[in-house]
Amino acid sequence: MSAITTKARPVRARRDGTATSRIAVMALLGLSACYFLFPLWWLLVSSTKPFGEQFSGSGLWFHGFGLFGNIARLSGQDGGIFWRWMLNSVLYCGIGALLGTAFSALAGYALAKYDFPGRGAIFGAVLAAVLVPKVLFTLPLYLMFSGVHLIDNPLAVLLPSVVSPFGVYLSRVFAAQTVPDEVLEAGRLDGAGELRIFRAIGVRMMLPALVTIFLFQFVEIWNNYLLPAMVLGDDRLQPVTVGLVGWNASHVAVPPPLVVIGSLVSVVPLLIAFLALQRFWRAGMTAGAVK
Amino acid sequence: MPRRRLRPLLFCAPFIALFLAMYVAPIGYAAVSSLYTVHRSGLGLTAPTKVFDPLGNYARALEDGAFLSSLGRVALFGVVQVPVMLGAALVLALLIDSKSARGKGFFRLSSFLPYAIPGVSAALVWSFMYSAQSSPVNRLLHPFGVSIPFFDSDLVLWSVANIVTWSWAGYNMIIIYAALQSIPAEVLEAARMDGASALRVAWSVKIPFVRGALVLTTVFSIIGSAQLYNEPTVLLPVSGGSVSSTFTPIMSAQSAVAAGNYPYAAAQSVLLALLVGGVSFVFFRLTGREERA
Repeated sequence: MSAITTKARPVRARRDGTATSRIAVMALLGLSACYFLFPLWWLLVSSTKPFGEQFSGSGLWFHGFGLFGNIARLSGQDGGIFWRWMLNSVLYCGIGALLGTAFSALAGYALAKYDFPGRGAIFGAVLAAVLVPKVLFTLPLYLMFSGVHLIDNPLAVLLPSVVSPFGVYLSRVFAAQTVPDEVLEAGRLDGAGELRIFRAIGVRMMLPALVTIFLFQFVEIWNNYLLPAMVLGDDRLQPVTVGLVGWNASHVAVPPPLVVIGSLVSVVPLLIAFLALQRFWRAGMTAGAVK
Repeated sequence: MPRRRLRPLLFCAPFIALFLAMYVAPIGYAAVSSLYTVHRSGLGLTAPTKVFDPLGNYARALEDGAFLSSLGRVALFGVVQVPVMLGAALVLALLIDSKSARGKGFFRLSSFLPYAIPGVSAALVWSFMYSAQSSPVNRLLHPFGVSIPFFDSDLVLWSVANIVTWSWAGYNMIIIYAALQSIPAEVLEAARMDGASALRVAWSVKIPFVRGALVLTTVFSIIGSAQLYNEPTVLLPVSGGSVSSTFTPIMSAQSAVAAGNYPYAAAQSVLLALLVGGVSFVFFRLTGREERA
């Protein structure tokens, strides 16, 4: 709800804030920015150094330029499997988040806009599921999947990823806020079916919220390491995070500089998505967190 | 009108079906299989047999030194890391919210950026920050004659804590910051008219106002600590032995799976879930009581 209230407070006068307090505040903020940006800066600088020099020098400034050569080596390692991993990650996250958002939207919209038996129970289960550590489902899921021979099958990653209790919760909040009952009633008077009303009115009005849910879920699936690491033994099916950790653990077989470069390349798409879609993120987080 | 009443259930059907299969069924499966113990013949040549023994795995877990110390380690981690991270997030949010701050957008973004890095990638990058061969941190400290042994067995838990703090402080900061933004301007104006200093306003007006956000971020952080897995797993092969394969409860359960003892892993998971649920509940009760007083 506070996605809107965020902007409500008027800009306060600039005059206050003494020189000392200003210096103290800016010094602390500067220090924190150094802390947060240091590892990312090191990653960027190291990846542009000529191959093999990743760990020489202070690590804080550029030295020679070998980014393209490094990427070529990355592509050459193990028959170009790195790009296969990237594609896997994009597919798992894209498909998982797309279906998950669709299912969340349907369920959240129904919970917000209809009164039906079992509504309270469903919403209670959704809230409880948000609060249970997700990792705890992973071990029994692995056992269940091996029981039905779904190990080394992309479905073993996709099926659990599609379920998003947090997505249902968010779309319920957003549907309650943004879709007025009167508009739905008008649609019914025009003789439209409920599914058609949902598609034509509900989805359209909830669209910014749905983008948020998609993003959240995309990153959550990209971040999930334990599940794919357990259910995908075949390295041609693994997402990039699992692949890179495998490389890192095999210090002899894969030179560590490749892990550095692979880390940078694997992080770039997420960073770009983040910077481009900032306002959606903030709206989603605050809607979920501030009541 | 049965059709009108059934339609919303149809809308929920895909979610409910998958929820039952991917959330409810695994919990049931774990709970049931934790009640069986695995018996092997001495040489391990024949297939292990499962025997119904409802308390066997739980008794074993409560006597398992490695599992218990993983619980203790994560409890210590949570007791230190969660307050440090949320304290830092709160201070950051207050600083960015303060009148003296310039470039608010930049500082908000720079602290939030680590959240965009997948946990595993963050741990990989930090493992290079820590490694004796490459550590740029120690290179910076070198002129001062200081070198931090990040993988020392006494220090490695805090090296892990640092990665988690780096990843999540900005995320929590944004949540607290959003709560700060929703304080009505008149309230702050009134405090200032009364002559309260910026620090006093922060302590007596702003922090009480963001209590709800702090309680929420604390509960999420407790849950996050309980499932600590990615960071220590990435550090394990490079830590020189100070991170064991049973470093955290999830790692311990996973190594039971790797050893072929699924029921024992399930019992560990169930114990962990009960503990986390209990801690979250107690925390909610404690903070709730203060609110009423």
